[in-house]
Amino acid sequence: MTSHAPKLPDGLVVVVKRDCATCQMVEPLLALIAASTNLTVYTQDDPTFPESVPAIHDSDLRVSWHHSIDTVPTLITVVNGQETDRTFGWSRADWQRLTGLDDLGEDLPVMRPGCGSMSVDPDRVDALRVAFTDTPIISRHVELSTAEDEFEAMYARGWTDGLPVIPPTPERVLRMLAGTTRAPQDVVAIAPPDLVELTVEKIAINAVMAGCLPEYLPWVIAALEAVCTDTFNMHGVLATTMPVGPVIICNGPGTRAIGMNSGINALGQGNRANNTIGRAVQLTIRNVGGGRPGEVDRATHGNPGKISFCFAEDELGSPFTSLATERGIALGQNAVTVFAGEGPRCVVDQLARTADELTNSLVACLQTVHHPKLVIGFDAILIVSPDHGRLFAQEGWTREQLITQLIERSHTPGEQLVRGARGIAEGIPPHLRDATLPKFRPGGILLTFAGGGAGLFSSIVAGWANSAIGSDPVTRVVGS
Amino acid sequence: MTYLQAMSSAGLIILDPTNESIPATRQLVSRPTDVAGLTVGLLDISKPRGNVFLDRVEELLIGRGAKVLRFSKPTFTKPAPVDMRHEIAMNCNLVIEALAD
Repeated sequence: MTSHAPKLPDGLVVVVKRDCATCQMVEPLLALIAASTNLTVYTQDDPTFPESVPAIHDSDLRVSWHHSIDTVPTLITVVNGQETDRTFGWSRADWQRLTGLDDLGEDLPVMRPGCGSMSVDPDRVDALRVAFTDTPIISRHVELSTAEDEFEAMYARGWTDGLPVIPPTPERVLRMLAGTTRAPQDVVAIAPPDLVELTVEKIAINAVMAGCLPEYLPWVIAALEAVCTDTFNMHGVLATTMPVGPVIICNGPGTRAIGMNSGINALGQGNRANNTIGRAVQLTIRNVGGGRPGEVDRATHGNPGKISFCFAEDELGSPFTSLATERGIALGQNAVTVFAGEGPRCVVDQLARTADELTNSLVACLQTVHHPKLVIGFDAILIVSPDHGRLFAQEGWTREQLITQLIERSHTPGEQLVRGARGIAEGIPPHLRDATLPKFRPGGILLTFAGGGAGLFSSIVAGWANSAIGSDPVTRVVGS
Repeated sequence: MTYLQAMSSAGLIILDPTNESIPATRQLVSRPTDVAGLTVGLLDISKPRGNVFLDRVEELLIGRGAKVLRFSKPTFTKPAPVDMRHEIAMNCNLVIEALAD
Protein backbone atom coordinates (compact mmCIF):
# COMPACT_ATOMS: atom_id res chain seq x y z
CA MET A 1 0.00 0.00 0.00
CA THR A 2 1.35 3.46 -0.83
CA SER A 3 0.97 6.65 1.16
CA HIS A 4 -1.87 7.85 -1.08
CA ALA A 5 -3.98 4.71 -0.83
CA PRO A 6 -7.72 5.38 -0.58
CA LYS A 7 -9.01 4.33 2.84
CA LEU A 8 -11.36 1.39 3.01
CA PRO A 9 -14.57 1.83 5.04
CA ASP A 10 -14.96 -0.15 8.25
CA GLY A 11 -16.82 -3.44 8.06
CA LEU A 12 -16.47 -5.85 5.22
CA VAL A 13 -15.19 -4.90 1.78
CA VAL A 14 -15.48 -7.09 -1.29
CA VAL A 15 -13.94 -6.47 -4.72
CA VAL A 16 -15.58 -8.19 -7.69
CA LYS A 17 -15.97 -8.03 -11.45
CA ARG A 18 -18.76 -9.30 -13.69
CA ASP A 19 -16.35 -11.12 -15.98
CA CYS A 20 -15.61 -13.74 -13.33
CA ALA A 21 -17.65 -16.89 -12.78
CA THR A 22 -16.72 -17.08 -9.09
CA CYS A 23 -17.88 -13.48 -8.52
CA GLN A 24 -21.18 -14.33 -10.21
CA MET A 25 -21.47 -17.45 -8.06
CA VAL A 26 -21.10 -15.48 -4.81
CA GLU A 27 -23.32 -12.58 -5.91
CA PRO A 28 -26.48 -13.89 -4.19
CA LEU A 29 -24.54 -14.07 -0.93
CA LEU A 30 -23.63 -10.38 -0.99
CA ALA A 31 -27.20 -9.29 -0.12
CA LEU A 32 -27.22 -11.74 2.81
CA ILE A 33 -23.95 -10.32 4.09
CA ALA A 34 -25.13 -6.73 3.60
CA ALA A 35 -28.22 -7.49 5.69
CA SER A 36 -26.11 -8.46 8.69
CA THR A 37 -23.08 -6.17 8.50
CA ASN A 38 -21.70 -3.05 6.90
CA LEU A 39 -20.65 -4.28 3.44
CA THR A 40 -18.95 -2.13 0.79
CA VAL A 41 -18.73 -3.59 -2.70
CA TYR A 42 -16.22 -2.41 -5.30
CA THR A 43 -16.79 -3.53 -8.85
CA GLN A 44 -14.03 -3.38 -11.42
CA ASP A 45 -15.61 -3.79 -14.85
CA ASP A 46 -19.39 -3.35 -14.92
CA PRO A 47 -20.95 -0.70 -12.62
CA THR A 48 -24.29 -2.55 -12.79
CA PHE A 49 -22.73 -5.64 -11.25
CA PRO A 50 -23.63 -6.94 -8.72
CA GLU A 51 -27.37 -6.29 -9.00
CA SER A 52 -28.36 -7.45 -5.53
CA VAL A 53 -26.47 -4.72 -3.62
CA PRO A 54 -25.21 -1.22 -4.42
CA ALA A 55 -21.59 -1.09 -5.59
CA ILE A 56 -18.87 1.49 -6.08
CA HIS A 57 -17.33 1.39 -9.53
CA ASP A 58 -13.52 1.20 -9.16
CA SER A 59 -13.32 2.63 -12.65
CA ASP A 60 -9.64 3.63 -12.60
CA LEU A 61 -8.76 0.61 -10.42
CA ARG A 62 -7.36 2.96 -7.79
CA VAL A 63 -8.78 0.98 -4.87
CA SER A 64 -7.79 -2.36 -6.37
CA TRP A 65 -4.23 -1.17 -7.10
CA HIS A 66 -3.57 0.43 -3.76
CA HIS A 67 -4.96 -2.50 -1.77
CA SER A 68 -3.05 -5.10 -3.76
CA ILE A 69 -6.07 -6.96 -5.06
CA ASP A 70 -4.62 -9.80 -7.13
CA THR A 71 -7.74 -11.96 -7.31
CA VAL A 72 -11.48 -11.33 -7.45
CA PRO A 73 -13.51 -11.83 -5.42
CA THR A 74 -11.42 -10.60 -2.49
CA LEU A 75 -13.17 -10.20 0.86
CA ILE A 76 -11.50 -7.92 3.42
CA THR A 77 -12.24 -7.16 7.07
CA VAL A 78 -11.59 -3.53 8.00
CA VAL A 79 -11.47 -2.30 11.60
CA ASN A 80 -10.79 1.36 12.39
CA GLY A 81 -9.60 1.92 8.83
CA GLN A 82 -7.10 -0.94 9.00
CA GLU A 83 -7.28 -4.24 7.17
CA THR A 84 -7.31 -7.10 9.69
CA ASP A 85 -8.13 -10.09 7.52
CA ARG A 86 -8.72 -11.08 3.89
CA THR A 87 -9.61 -14.05 1.74
CA PHE A 88 -9.67 -14.37 -2.01
CA GLY A 89 -11.62 -16.55 -4.38
CA TRP A 90 -14.40 -18.54 -2.75
CA SER A 91 -13.49 -20.51 0.33
CA ARG A 92 -16.66 -21.32 2.27
CA ALA A 93 -14.87 -21.63 5.59
CA ASP A 94 -13.03 -18.33 5.15
CA TRP A 95 -16.13 -16.44 4.02
CA GLN A 96 -18.11 -17.86 6.96
CA ARG A 97 -15.34 -16.84 9.35
CA LEU A 98 -14.99 -13.27 8.00
CA THR A 99 -18.74 -12.65 7.81
CA GLY A 100 -19.65 -14.47 11.03
CA LEU A 101 -22.48 -16.17 9.08
CA ASP A 102 -22.11 -19.84 9.94
CA ASP A 103 -24.38 -21.16 7.22
CA LEU A 104 -23.21 -18.86 4.43
CA GLY A 105 -23.04 -20.59 1.04
CA GLU A 106 -23.91 -24.04 2.31
CA ASP A 107 -25.25 -24.91 -1.14
CA LEU A 108 -22.03 -23.79 -2.88
CA PRO A 109 -18.88 -25.83 -3.39
CA VAL A 110 -16.36 -25.80 -0.57
CA MET A 111 -13.85 -23.94 -2.64
CA ARG A 112 -13.68 -22.24 -6.01
CA PRO A 113 -10.65 -20.22 -7.20
CA GLY A 114 -11.23 -16.64 -8.20
CA CYS A 115 -10.16 -14.75 -11.30
CA GLY A 116 -7.34 -12.31 -11.94
CA SER A 117 -7.97 -8.78 -10.76
CA MET A 118 -8.03 -6.18 -13.55
CA SER A 119 -5.38 -4.27 -11.57
CA VAL A 120 -2.83 -7.00 -12.31
CA ASP A 121 -3.83 -7.42 -15.96
CA PRO A 122 -0.51 -7.34 -17.88
CA ASP A 123 -2.03 -4.87 -20.35
CA ARG A 124 -2.92 -2.44 -17.57
CA VAL A 125 -0.38 -2.91 -14.81
CA ASP A 126 2.36 -0.69 -16.24
CA ALA A 127 0.01 2.26 -16.73
CA LEU A 128 -1.41 1.77 -13.23
CA ARG A 129 2.12 1.75 -11.78
CA VAL A 130 2.78 5.10 -13.45
CA ALA A 131 -0.57 6.53 -12.37
CA PHE A 132 -0.51 5.43 -8.75
CA THR A 133 3.06 4.84 -7.63
CA ASP A 134 4.66 7.72 -5.77
CA THR A 135 6.61 8.03 -8.97
CA PRO A 136 10.33 8.51 -8.47
CA ILE A 137 10.89 9.52 -12.09
CA ILE A 138 12.05 13.10 -12.53
CA SER A 139 13.22 13.13 -16.16
CA ARG A 140 11.58 15.62 -18.46
CA HIS A 141 8.38 14.31 -20.02
CA VAL A 142 8.38 14.79 -23.77
CA GLU A 143 4.92 14.71 -25.30
CA LEU A 144 4.93 13.73 -28.93
CA SER A 145 2.11 14.97 -31.10
CA THR A 146 -0.40 12.41 -32.27
CA ALA A 147 0.73 13.21 -35.83
CA GLU A 148 4.34 12.32 -35.07
CA ASP A 149 5.81 8.91 -35.72
CA GLU A 150 7.56 8.20 -32.42
CA PHE A 151 10.44 6.35 -34.05
CA GLU A 152 11.12 9.19 -36.47
CA ALA A 153 10.74 11.70 -33.64
CA MET A 154 13.41 10.02 -31.54
CA TYR A 155 15.76 9.74 -34.49
CA ALA A 156 15.21 13.43 -35.31
CA ARG A 157 16.10 14.41 -31.75
CA GLY A 158 19.47 12.70 -32.10
CA TRP A 159 18.76 10.08 -29.44
CA THR A 160 19.57 6.95 -31.44
CA ASP A 161 22.61 5.08 -32.67
CA GLY A 162 21.11 5.04 -36.16
CA LEU A 163 18.89 2.05 -35.47
CA PRO A 164 15.33 2.40 -34.19
CA VAL A 165 14.94 2.56 -30.41
CA ILE A 166 12.07 1.53 -28.15
CA PRO A 167 10.11 4.63 -26.99
CA PRO A 168 10.99 5.13 -23.29
CA THR A 169 7.49 5.65 -21.94
CA PRO A 170 7.07 6.10 -18.17
CA GLU A 171 5.44 2.65 -18.08
CA ARG A 172 8.43 0.96 -19.68
CA VAL A 173 10.96 2.91 -17.61
CA LEU A 174 9.23 2.04 -14.32
CA ARG A 175 9.14 -1.60 -15.40
CA MET A 176 12.88 -1.37 -16.21
CA LEU A 177 13.62 0.18 -12.81
CA ALA A 178 12.08 -2.90 -11.19
CA GLY A 179 15.20 -4.73 -12.44
CA THR A 180 17.41 -3.11 -9.80
CA THR A 181 17.18 -2.48 -6.08
CA ARG A 182 18.97 0.84 -6.54
CA ALA A 183 17.00 4.05 -6.17
CA PRO A 184 16.30 5.90 -9.44
CA GLN A 185 18.22 8.99 -8.37
CA ASP A 186 21.33 7.10 -7.24
CA VAL A 187 24.33 8.51 -9.05
CA VAL A 188 26.21 5.63 -10.64
CA ALA A 189 29.08 7.58 -12.16
CA ILE A 190 30.15 10.85 -13.69
CA ALA A 191 29.57 10.32 -17.40
CA PRO A 192 32.10 11.58 -19.89
CA PRO A 193 32.60 13.56 -22.00
CA ASP A 194 30.20 16.15 -20.52
CA LEU A 195 31.02 15.00 -16.96
CA VAL A 196 27.41 14.88 -15.81
CA GLU A 197 25.95 12.85 -12.98
CA LEU A 198 24.65 9.59 -14.36
CA THR A 199 21.61 8.34 -12.45
CA VAL A 200 19.99 4.92 -12.42
CA GLU A 201 16.90 6.54 -13.93
CA LYS A 202 18.78 7.87 -16.96
CA ILE A 203 20.41 4.47 -17.45
CA ALA A 204 16.98 2.81 -17.26
CA ILE A 205 15.61 5.15 -19.92
CA ASN A 206 18.47 4.32 -22.28
CA ALA A 207 18.19 0.61 -21.43
CA VAL A 208 14.55 0.70 -22.48
CA MET A 209 15.55 2.38 -25.73
CA ALA A 210 18.22 -0.27 -26.34
CA GLY A 211 15.67 -3.07 -25.93
CA CYS A 212 16.86 -4.44 -22.57
CA LEU A 213 14.75 -6.53 -20.25
CA PRO A 214 14.67 -5.35 -16.59
CA GLU A 215 16.91 -8.23 -15.51
CA TYR A 216 19.70 -6.87 -17.71
CA LEU A 217 19.74 -3.50 -15.93
CA PRO A 218 22.28 -4.42 -13.19
CA TRP A 219 24.69 -5.52 -15.94
CA VAL A 220 24.26 -2.24 -17.80
CA ILE A 221 24.84 -0.31 -14.56
CA ALA A 222 28.00 -2.29 -13.75
CA ALA A 223 29.38 -1.81 -17.27
CA LEU A 224 28.75 1.94 -17.06
CA GLU A 225 30.42 2.11 -13.65
CA ALA A 226 33.41 0.43 -15.27
CA VAL A 227 33.68 2.59 -18.39
CA CYS A 228 33.18 5.86 -16.47
CA THR A 229 36.44 5.43 -14.55
CA ASP A 230 39.65 7.33 -15.12
CA THR A 231 41.32 3.94 -15.64
CA PHE A 232 39.10 3.04 -18.59
CA ASN A 233 39.15 6.64 -19.85
CA MET A 234 35.90 6.71 -21.82
CA HIS A 235 36.60 10.30 -22.85
CA GLY A 236 39.75 9.19 -24.63
CA VAL A 237 38.08 6.09 -26.08
CA LEU A 238 35.50 8.39 -27.63
CA ALA A 239 37.89 11.08 -28.75
CA THR A 240 40.49 8.85 -30.34
CA THR A 241 40.70 8.51 -34.10
CA MET A 242 41.27 4.77 -33.58
CA PRO A 243 38.34 2.37 -34.13
CA VAL A 244 37.74 1.31 -30.52
CA GLY A 245 34.74 1.20 -28.23
CA PRO A 246 33.82 -0.55 -25.00
CA VAL A 247 33.94 -4.34 -25.36
CA ILE A 248 32.07 -5.95 -22.47
CA ILE A 249 32.88 -9.48 -21.27
CA CYS A 250 30.37 -10.90 -18.79
CA ASN A 251 31.11 -13.59 -16.22
CA GLY A 252 29.21 -15.47 -13.57
CA PRO A 253 26.10 -17.64 -13.22
CA GLY A 254 23.94 -14.59 -13.95
CA THR A 255 25.04 -14.68 -17.57
CA ARG A 256 23.17 -17.96 -17.90
CA ALA A 257 20.23 -16.76 -15.83
CA ILE A 258 19.59 -13.86 -18.20
CA GLY A 259 20.17 -16.03 -21.24
CA MET A 260 23.42 -14.57 -22.55
CA ASN A 261 25.14 -16.28 -25.44
CA SER A 262 28.65 -17.64 -24.97
CA GLY A 263 28.31 -20.27 -27.68
CA ILE A 264 27.50 -20.26 -31.38
CA ASN A 265 27.85 -16.72 -32.77
CA ALA A 266 28.60 -15.32 -29.29
CA LEU A 267 30.06 -12.13 -30.77
CA GLY A 268 27.32 -11.76 -33.37
CA GLN A 269 23.67 -10.99 -33.73
CA GLY A 270 20.65 -12.83 -32.43
CA ASN A 271 20.91 -12.79 -28.64
CA ARG A 272 18.90 -10.12 -26.89
CA ALA A 273 21.00 -9.80 -23.73
CA ASN A 274 24.35 -9.70 -25.53
CA ASN A 275 23.21 -7.10 -28.01
CA THR A 276 21.10 -4.82 -25.85
CA ILE A 277 23.41 -4.59 -22.82
CA GLY A 278 26.24 -3.26 -24.96
CA ARG A 279 23.84 -1.04 -26.86
CA ALA A 280 22.43 0.43 -23.65
CA VAL A 281 25.93 1.34 -22.49
CA GLN A 282 26.68 3.13 -25.74
CA LEU A 283 23.29 4.89 -25.89
CA THR A 284 23.84 6.13 -22.34
CA ILE A 285 27.28 7.50 -23.21
CA ARG A 286 25.75 9.16 -26.25
CA ASN A 287 22.66 10.63 -24.64
CA VAL A 288 23.74 11.34 -21.07
CA GLY A 289 27.49 11.70 -21.50
CA GLY A 290 27.13 13.60 -24.76
CA GLY A 291 29.62 11.47 -26.72
CA ARG A 292 28.49 11.57 -30.32
CA PRO A 293 30.30 10.68 -33.56
CA GLY A 294 31.59 13.75 -35.34
CA GLU A 295 31.60 15.69 -32.09
CA VAL A 296 33.82 14.29 -29.30
CA ASP A 297 33.91 10.91 -31.06
CA ARG A 298 36.53 11.46 -33.78
CA ALA A 299 37.04 7.87 -34.97
CA THR A 300 38.51 7.63 -38.45
CA HIS A 301 36.58 4.46 -39.25
CA GLY A 302 34.97 3.29 -36.03
CA ASN A 303 33.74 -0.28 -36.03
CA PRO A 304 30.32 -1.97 -36.00
CA GLY A 305 30.95 -3.09 -32.41
CA LYS A 306 30.50 0.51 -31.32
CA ILE A 307 26.75 -0.12 -31.58
CA SER A 308 27.14 -3.02 -29.16
CA PHE A 309 29.94 -5.45 -28.35
CA CYS A 310 29.09 -7.63 -25.38
CA PHE A 311 29.32 -11.36 -24.79
CA ALA A 312 29.56 -13.92 -22.02
CA GLU A 313 32.50 -16.18 -21.29
CA ASP A 314 31.71 -19.91 -21.55
CA GLU A 315 32.90 -20.67 -18.03
CA LEU A 316 31.40 -24.15 -17.91
CA GLY A 317 33.11 -25.29 -21.10
CA SER A 318 36.42 -23.53 -20.58
CA PRO A 319 39.64 -25.43 -19.87
CA PHE A 320 40.90 -22.29 -18.10
CA THR A 321 39.95 -20.37 -14.99
CA SER A 322 37.61 -17.52 -15.89
CA LEU A 323 38.67 -14.04 -16.88
CA ALA A 324 36.78 -12.57 -13.91
CA THR A 325 38.54 -14.91 -11.48
CA GLU A 326 41.86 -13.92 -12.99
CA ARG A 327 40.91 -10.32 -12.36
CA GLY A 328 40.14 -10.85 -8.67
CA ILE A 329 36.44 -11.66 -8.67
CA ALA A 330 35.31 -14.51 -6.42
CA LEU A 331 34.02 -17.62 -8.15
CA GLY A 332 30.27 -17.52 -8.57
CA GLN A 333 29.99 -13.74 -8.54
CA ASN A 334 28.65 -11.87 -11.54
CA ALA A 335 31.03 -9.39 -13.10
CA VAL A 336 31.72 -7.36 -16.21
CA THR A 337 35.10 -6.56 -17.67
CA VAL A 338 35.32 -3.64 -20.08
CA PHE A 339 38.08 -3.31 -22.65
CA ALA A 340 38.66 -0.59 -25.22
CA GLY A 341 38.67 -2.72 -28.34
CA GLU A 342 38.13 -2.80 -32.07
CA GLY A 343 36.23 -5.45 -34.03
CA PRO A 344 37.18 -9.12 -33.75
CA ARG A 345 39.40 -10.88 -36.26
CA CYS A 346 39.59 -14.60 -36.88
CA VAL A 347 42.62 -16.84 -36.34
CA VAL A 348 42.40 -19.88 -38.60
CA ASP A 349 44.44 -22.92 -37.65
CA GLN A 350 42.87 -26.20 -38.67
CA LEU A 351 46.06 -28.24 -38.73
CA ALA A 352 47.64 -27.77 -35.28
CA ARG A 353 47.34 -30.94 -33.23
CA THR A 354 49.36 -29.87 -30.21
CA ALA A 355 49.15 -26.96 -27.81
CA ASP A 356 52.65 -26.02 -28.85
CA GLU A 357 51.76 -25.75 -32.56
CA LEU A 358 48.61 -23.79 -31.86
CA THR A 359 50.44 -21.38 -29.55
CA ASN A 360 52.87 -20.59 -32.37
CA SER A 361 49.93 -19.86 -34.68
CA LEU A 362 48.26 -17.60 -32.13
CA VAL A 363 51.50 -15.69 -31.60
CA ALA A 364 51.92 -15.15 -35.34
CA CYS A 365 48.43 -13.66 -35.59
CA LEU A 366 48.71 -11.65 -32.36
CA GLN A 367 51.84 -10.03 -33.77
CA THR A 368 49.64 -8.24 -36.33
CA VAL A 369 47.66 -6.35 -33.67
CA HIS A 370 47.53 -2.83 -35.12
CA HIS A 371 50.92 -3.25 -36.80
CA PRO A 372 53.46 -6.09 -36.82
CA LYS A 373 56.22 -3.61 -35.97
CA LEU A 374 54.48 -1.90 -33.04
CA VAL A 375 54.90 -3.63 -29.68
CA ILE A 376 53.92 -3.35 -26.01
CA GLY A 377 51.67 -0.30 -26.45
CA PHE A 378 48.49 -2.22 -27.33
CA ASP A 379 46.68 -4.98 -25.41
CA ALA A 380 44.39 -7.61 -26.94
CA ILE A 381 41.59 -9.98 -26.02
CA LEU A 382 42.18 -13.55 -27.18
CA ILE A 383 38.95 -15.54 -27.43
CA VAL A 384 39.74 -19.25 -27.64
CA SER A 385 37.03 -21.48 -29.13
CA PRO A 386 36.03 -24.94 -27.89
CA ASP A 387 37.85 -26.67 -30.76
CA HIS A 388 41.08 -24.78 -30.09
CA GLY A 389 40.59 -24.98 -26.35
CA ARG A 390 40.53 -28.77 -26.53
CA LEU A 391 44.19 -28.82 -27.59
CA PHE A 392 45.14 -26.92 -24.44
CA ALA A 393 42.83 -29.05 -22.27
CA GLN A 394 44.34 -32.29 -23.60
CA GLU A 395 47.77 -31.25 -22.46
CA GLY A 396 46.60 -29.63 -19.24
CA TRP A 397 47.72 -26.11 -20.12
CA THR A 398 46.60 -23.51 -17.62
CA ARG A 399 45.65 -19.92 -18.31
CA GLU A 400 48.96 -18.71 -16.86
CA GLN A 401 50.94 -21.20 -18.94
CA LEU A 402 49.31 -20.16 -22.22
CA ILE A 403 49.68 -16.44 -21.57
CA THR A 404 53.30 -16.86 -20.48
CA GLN A 405 54.07 -18.82 -23.64
CA LEU A 406 52.26 -16.33 -25.89
CA ILE A 407 54.26 -13.42 -24.51
CA GLU A 408 57.51 -15.37 -24.37
CA ARG A 409 57.24 -16.49 -27.99
CA SER A 410 56.25 -13.01 -29.18
CA HIS A 411 59.74 -11.58 -28.54
CA THR A 412 61.21 -10.00 -31.66
CA PRO A 413 64.68 -8.50 -32.25
CA GLY A 414 64.54 -4.69 -32.36
CA GLU A 415 66.33 -4.61 -35.69
CA GLN A 416 63.21 -6.14 -37.28
CA LEU A 417 60.89 -3.66 -35.55
CA VAL A 418 62.80 -0.43 -35.83
CA ARG A 419 61.54 2.37 -38.06
CA GLY A 420 62.52 1.70 -41.66
CA ALA A 421 63.22 -2.01 -41.18
CA ARG A 422 61.62 -4.34 -43.76
CA GLY A 423 61.00 -1.34 -46.00
CA ILE A 424 58.31 -0.05 -43.62
CA ALA A 425 58.59 3.45 -42.16
CA GLU A 426 56.39 2.62 -39.15
CA GLY A 427 58.09 0.95 -36.21
CA ILE A 428 59.77 1.43 -32.87
CA PRO A 429 62.24 4.28 -32.19
CA PRO A 430 65.87 3.77 -33.33
CA HIS A 431 67.28 3.61 -29.80
CA LEU A 432 65.51 0.26 -29.30
CA ARG A 433 67.27 -1.39 -32.24
CA ASP A 434 69.39 -3.62 -30.01
CA ALA A 435 66.59 -4.68 -27.67
CA THR A 436 64.51 -7.83 -28.01
CA LEU A 437 60.92 -6.95 -27.26
CA PRO A 438 57.70 -8.86 -26.55
CA LYS A 439 54.55 -7.95 -28.45
CA PHE A 440 52.59 -7.43 -25.22
CA ARG A 441 53.26 -5.95 -21.81
CA PRO A 442 52.65 -8.20 -18.76
CA GLY A 443 48.87 -8.54 -18.42
CA GLY A 444 48.42 -7.30 -21.97
CA ILE A 445 46.53 -10.41 -23.14
CA LEU A 446 42.99 -10.90 -21.81
CA LEU A 447 42.40 -14.62 -22.34
CA THR A 448 38.78 -15.69 -22.54
CA PHE A 449 36.80 -18.62 -23.87
CA ALA A 450 33.66 -18.56 -26.01
CA GLY A 451 32.21 -19.79 -29.27
CA GLY A 452 30.31 -22.60 -30.93
CA GLY A 453 31.31 -26.23 -30.66
CA ALA A 454 32.64 -26.52 -34.20
CA GLY A 455 35.41 -24.50 -35.79
CA LEU A 456 39.18 -24.60 -35.34
CA PHE A 457 39.31 -20.85 -34.95
CA SER A 458 40.08 -18.33 -32.28
CA SER A 459 39.36 -14.61 -32.27
CA ILE A 460 41.45 -11.56 -31.45
CA VAL A 461 40.16 -8.16 -30.39
CA ALA A 462 42.88 -5.53 -30.55
CA GLY A 463 42.93 -2.74 -28.01
CA TRP A 464 43.78 0.90 -27.83
CA ALA A 465 46.76 2.73 -26.33
CA ASN A 466 47.17 0.94 -23.00
CA SER A 467 48.22 1.96 -19.49
CA ALA A 468 47.85 5.39 -17.90
CA ILE A 469 48.36 7.16 -21.21
CA GLY A 470 45.29 5.46 -22.69
CA SER A 471 42.97 2.84 -21.26
CA ASP A 472 43.29 -0.14 -18.96
CA PRO A 473 40.62 -2.85 -18.66
CA VAL A 474 38.28 -2.48 -15.69
CA THR A 475 36.31 -5.22 -13.93
CA ARG A 476 33.28 -4.54 -11.76
CA VAL A 477 30.96 -6.80 -9.77
CA VAL A 478 27.36 -6.76 -10.99
CA GLY A 479 25.09 -5.57 -8.17
CA SER A 480 21.41 -6.16 -7.60
CA MET B 1 -5.93 15.81 -15.36
CA THR B 2 -4.72 12.37 -14.38
CA TYR B 3 -2.00 10.57 -16.22
CA LEU B 4 -4.51 8.10 -17.64
CA GLN B 5 -6.72 10.89 -18.96
CA ALA B 6 -3.71 12.62 -20.46
CA MET B 7 -2.71 9.43 -22.21
CA SER B 8 -6.08 9.10 -23.88
CA SER B 9 -6.18 12.66 -25.22
CA ALA B 10 -2.62 13.31 -26.33
CA GLY B 11 0.28 11.77 -28.18
CA LEU B 12 2.78 9.42 -26.68
CA ILE B 13 4.67 10.62 -23.59
CA ILE B 14 8.30 9.57 -23.44
CA LEU B 15 11.10 10.40 -21.02
CA ASP B 16 14.09 12.49 -22.02
CA PRO B 17 17.14 10.18 -22.27
CA THR B 18 19.65 13.05 -22.27
CA ASN B 19 21.35 14.90 -19.43
CA GLU B 20 18.90 17.79 -20.00
CA SER B 21 21.66 20.33 -19.54
CA ILE B 22 21.83 23.52 -21.54
CA PRO B 23 25.36 24.48 -22.57
CA ALA B 24 26.58 27.75 -21.10
CA THR B 25 27.30 30.38 -23.72
CA ARG B 26 30.36 32.52 -23.33
CA GLN B 27 31.10 35.70 -25.18
CA LEU B 28 34.16 35.43 -27.42
CA VAL B 29 36.94 37.88 -26.70
CA SER B 30 37.71 40.21 -29.55
CA ARG B 31 40.43 39.06 -31.91
CA PRO B 32 43.73 40.94 -31.50
CA THR B 33 44.94 42.76 -34.61
CA ASP B 34 48.57 42.18 -33.69
CA VAL B 35 50.38 39.62 -31.51
CA ALA B 36 53.32 41.92 -30.72
CA GLY B 37 53.72 42.22 -26.96
CA LEU B 38 51.15 39.51 -26.21
CA THR B 39 51.88 36.24 -24.44
CA VAL B 40 50.88 33.23 -26.52
CA GLY B 41 50.55 29.79 -24.93
CA LEU B 42 51.35 26.81 -27.14
CA LEU B 43 49.74 23.63 -25.83
CA ASP B 44 51.30 20.43 -27.10
CA ILE B 45 48.80 17.60 -26.72
CA SER B 46 51.73 15.13 -26.68
CA LYS B 47 51.11 13.41 -29.98
CA PRO B 48 54.13 12.44 -32.08
CA ARG B 49 55.61 15.38 -34.01
CA GLY B 50 53.27 17.93 -32.48
CA ASN B 51 56.41 19.57 -31.07
CA VAL B 52 57.86 19.94 -34.59
CA PHE B 53 54.83 21.90 -35.65
CA LEU B 54 54.82 24.01 -32.50
CA ASP B 55 58.56 24.78 -32.76
CA ARG B 56 57.89 26.41 -36.13
CA VAL B 57 54.82 28.25 -34.84
CA GLU B 58 56.93 29.53 -31.92
CA GLU B 59 59.57 30.87 -34.32
CA LEU B 60 56.95 32.70 -36.33
CA LEU B 61 55.30 34.17 -33.25
CA ILE B 62 58.58 35.39 -31.77
CA GLY B 63 59.40 36.92 -35.14
CA ARG B 64 56.21 38.95 -34.78
CA GLY B 65 57.11 40.19 -31.34
CA ALA B 66 55.07 37.78 -29.22
CA LYS B 67 56.23 36.15 -26.02
CA VAL B 68 55.69 32.38 -26.13
CA LEU B 69 55.03 29.97 -23.25
CA ARG B 70 55.05 26.22 -23.94
CA PHE B 71 52.73 23.71 -22.26
CA SER B 72 52.42 19.98 -22.70
CA LYS B 73 49.56 17.65 -21.72
CA PRO B 74 50.62 14.51 -19.79
CA THR B 75 48.78 12.37 -22.38
CA PHE B 76 46.90 13.17 -25.56
CA THR B 77 44.14 10.73 -24.55
CA LYS B 78 42.78 12.79 -21.67
CA PRO B 79 41.63 16.38 -21.28
CA ALA B 80 44.28 18.84 -20.07
CA PRO B 81 44.46 18.88 -16.25
CA VAL B 82 42.53 21.66 -14.55
CA ASP B 83 45.70 23.16 -13.06
CA MET B 84 47.30 23.41 -16.48
CA ARG B 85 44.25 25.11 -17.96
CA HIS B 86 44.26 27.54 -15.06
CA GLU B 87 47.96 28.28 -15.53
CA ILE B 88 47.42 28.97 -19.23
CA ALA B 89 44.47 31.25 -18.50
CA MET B 90 46.45 33.17 -15.87
CA ASN B 91 49.62 33.66 -17.90
CA CYS B 92 48.60 33.90 -21.54
CA ASN B 93 46.66 36.35 -23.68
CA LEU B 94 46.19 33.75 -26.42
CA VAL B 95 46.51 29.98 -26.69
CA ILE B 96 47.11 27.67 -29.62
CA GLU B 97 46.38 23.97 -29.10
CA ALA B 98 48.31 21.74 -31.44
CA LEU B 99 47.12 18.44 -32.80
CA ALA B 100 49.36 16.10 -34.72
CA ASP B 101 49.42 12.86 -36.81
